Amino acid sequence: MSRIDLIKKGLIKDNPTFVLVLGMCPTLGTTTSALNGMGMGLATLVVLTLSNMVISALAKYIPDKVRIPSYIVIISAFVTIIQLLMQAYMPSLYETLGLFIPLIVVNCIVLGRAEAFANKNTVLDSACDGLGIGLGFTLSLTLIGLVRELLGSGSLFGWSFTGGDGILVFVLAPGAFLVLGLMMALFNKLTQGRI
Amino acid sequence: MTILLILVSAIFVNNIVLSQFLGICPFLGVSKQVNTAVGMSLAVTFVMALATCVTWLLQTYVLVPLNMVYMQTVTFILVIAGLVQMVEIILKKISPALYQSLGIFLPLITTNCAVLGVALMVVQKQFTFGGKAHMLNLGESVVFAIASAIGFGLAITLFAAIREQLETSDVPKPFKGIPIALITAGIMALAFMGFSGMV
Repeated sequence: MSRIDLIKKGLIKDNPTFVLVLGMCPTLGTTTSALNGMGMGLATLVVLTLSNMVISALAKYIPDKVRIPSYIVIISAFVTIIQLLMQAYMPSLYETLGLFIPLIVVNCIVLGRAEAFANKNTVLDSACDGLGIGLGFTLSLTLIGLVRELLGSGSLFGWSFTGGDGILVFVLAPGAFLVLGLMMALFNKLTQGRI
Repeated sequence: MTILLILVSAIFVNNIVLSQFLGICPFLGVSKQVNTAVGMSLAVTFVMALATCVTWLLQTYVLVPLNMVYMQTVTFILVIAGLVQMVEIILKKISPALYQSLGIFLPLITTNCAVLGVALMVVQKQFTFGGKAHMLNLGESVVFAIASAIGFGLAITLFAAIREQLETSDVPKPFKGIPIALITAGIMALAFMGFSGMV
């Protein structure tokens, strides 16, 4: 499979949110607006790509029995780096995403890709895989955030056109479940029989 | 009084699954039958209480005095992974019967973000109970962890009961599986919103 295909497959065919149904906690918890969803997606993308690269480079040297704890240490190191960087340069986004930044450590997407792809492929291929899956995740989160922001607070990427009026429930907890459920059904309908 | 407020707040008002979105993976994954849901929630309660106790002590007596709070995420996840492994080994030796019923859920708990989430929450967030904002002490933290786990158990058990019924109902094809489960969870979250403002 060429590297372009590796990146492309994360967007639709192996979309982490709608097809693999992984990483549901940040998907539901951070998509109150398109920008928040995008921020969460990009933070995960960076962690995923870097940890994929390091894990594929070290896979030969990590004994099989302790591989999961070792992966967790590598992943949490990158999460800590992202956490500190965001705290320093994007304090407001860091505040909004809150707990979900350190929780990237236990995001099943990251550990899942390490186990399913990075530990048996080359560094460059693993980077492309991480990039593809990360982009798929960012895209889904941005879309869900877009729908929830549009319905819930009547704005798009923070640009309001209803003077702040919206159906409040969509930015609250129940809206997250309802929007994701409906969007997943729509995704199933559109891709039926094609993937 | 504070203890009672913590219990009501963590179980109903700020339910960990339905309003904080933590532990969604087991919530969707292990909720097809009521029996397994109950087993999972027991295992989570046990690990969450233990993990919160250990991480709170580590945070207060090791990380803060050494000025190494930035190592929080790494330390906490390692402690949780180690604890889960230890509990598994001890249970296997002491109570094979309990291990039989809880054992299969234990490895899953390491990646249950509710456990790490609660451990981080009690050391990071200020809680307002009875009008005064303060950090939780050790006892309150453990109560908060147990209450959160009960909230998790309540949500996942109710959800499993609904899903058992859903199995036999006629769901439109694109909604089969996860989508209808999410919409069910959404309606449950709406019901739980009724508790907001209580504490």
